[in-house]
Amino acid sequence: MNINQYFYCCVGIIKREVFRFFQQRSRLLSALIRPLLWLIVFAAGFRAALGISIMEPYGTYITYQEYIVPGLCCMIVLFNGMQSSLSMVYDREMGSMKVLLMSPLPMPFLLFCKLISIAFLSLMQVYIFLLFTQFVDVEIMWLSYLTAAPAIFIIAFFLGALGLFLSSMIKQLENFAGVMNFIIFPMFFLSSALYPLWKMQEASLWLYTICQYNPFTYCVELLRFALFGQLNVTAFSVVIAVTSIVSIAALLNFRPKFKSKG
Amino acid sequence: MSIEIKNLSFAYKKKKALDGVNLSLSTGFNVLLGPNGAGKSTLFSLLTGLYHTKQNTININGCDLFSNKAKVMSQMGVVFQQSTLDLDLSVKQNLLYFASLHGISPKKALLNIETILSQLSLTERLHDPVRTLNGGHRRRVEIARALIHQPKVLLLDEASVGLDVDSRFLIISYVRSLCQQLGICVLWATHLMDEVEPDDQLIILHNGKVQAQALCKDLCEQHDSIDVYQLYFSLTKNSEAM
Repeated sequence: MNINQYFYCCVGIIKREVFRFFQQRSRLLSALIRPLLWLIVFAAGFRAALGISIMEPYGTYITYQEYIVPGLCCMIVLFNGMQSSLSMVYDREMGSMKVLLMSPLPMPFLLFCKLISIAFLSLMQVYIFLLFTQFVDVEIMWLSYLTAAPAIFIIAFFLGALGLFLSSMIKQLENFAGVMNFIIFPMFFLSSALYPLWKMQEASLWLYTICQYNPFTYCVELLRFALFGQLNVTAFSVVIAVTSIVSIAALLNFRPKFKSKG
Repeated sequence: MSIEIKNLSFAYKKKKALDGVNLSLSTGFNVLLGPNGAGKSTLFSLLTGLYHTKQNTININGCDLFSNKAKVMSQMGVVFQQSTLDLDLSVKQNLLYFASLHGISPKKALLNIETILSQLSLTERLHDPVRTLNGGHRRRVEIARALIHQPKVLLLDEASVGLDVDSRFLIISYVRSLCQQLGICVLWATHLMDEVEPDDQLIILHNGKVQAQALCKDLCEQHDSIDVYQLYFSLTKNSEAM
């Protein structure tokens, strides 16, 4: 196997995910409508109730809408990562996973490509969402699209690997509802996506402590700073560390089992 | 082109699916005949590396499957019993995806695809979503997919089951022609006895054991059977009596 064959394989896997994504129009719609609802409805209500004081990386007072944009971007990435894990369970149940396993290329490489494709899809969805945010008075500089891209990619890789790890634990498609309740919602709500951590600390110390140990908090902060062209070193280090750990765990744990009809 | 299997056993927890299977297959059309639950799909899963056993017992074209899986997979085409096509994608997208998994460039893959699809009378369905194809067409697409990387060994697990007579005839005669034109080794698993011809290598699998393996006409002669039906029932009844 030469480098060109690896390249064709990786491009093929990414293309397949992109084609599938655009074929499943409801998935595309829900990926956009969910965060837009939060931004337009939820944030509008909270804007009146919550004031955000000057904090890093913002140099001045900001609106609540502006504050939650990085969190909502991460929410898109989180849902995409988990939904891709659902598609792995679906592929396993429907048998199309066998096609992937019949490749002569090494399995870790194939899974790596799968994670790249998940990250690529997440990046596209976040970009589309960011374009929509302009209509609700959230100013995103054009340069931010560039500076945010690596951060979104790393975050998507982490959450995709987490999804991959979960998909090897889920025996049946129906169990995915459990992932929603026990992984997605706690990860999202117990982070700095919706409120700054100092506000959480004022409300409850133990919730604040949980938020501090939640890697999703660092994903949100990494992106928040990246949108301003800055690097939050702590967030970056934490996200890189958890990405490495979860990716290795996902690769080691990947043991698809198939049903046989005899 | 050959497949060598030595003393292959496999169990699902306590239930034995394959029990000391020995097989030696060479170029040509080899039929694996057995009822549902005989162990055919288990054998396919082992041959394709989806299931593993601790013993190194499978050799394909002189390569050990477990220590040389990449080389074996690059020479093997498989059509599974259950459809493995992506319904959301078009025929072309499905085929190009599979080609990419084998490291084939889209340009080269398209050349192969055009040739194979024209042989299977599917050229005009190239851009159709798989979801819109009927069962026979889907099977043909799966066969086309299994051939894109020009394999030397082709495994088909009940590829004709559930199809109408015309589709069955088209598929089986196409696969038979591949054996003659390309000189590949085909393992055709089925429980449909009318698919066996006198000159086929016949393997009868029953209760996870190989009951017989030889040319179909030779086996009929040895067991005083007028056809494959009689042969099959005499062999499987004998094994149940034992």
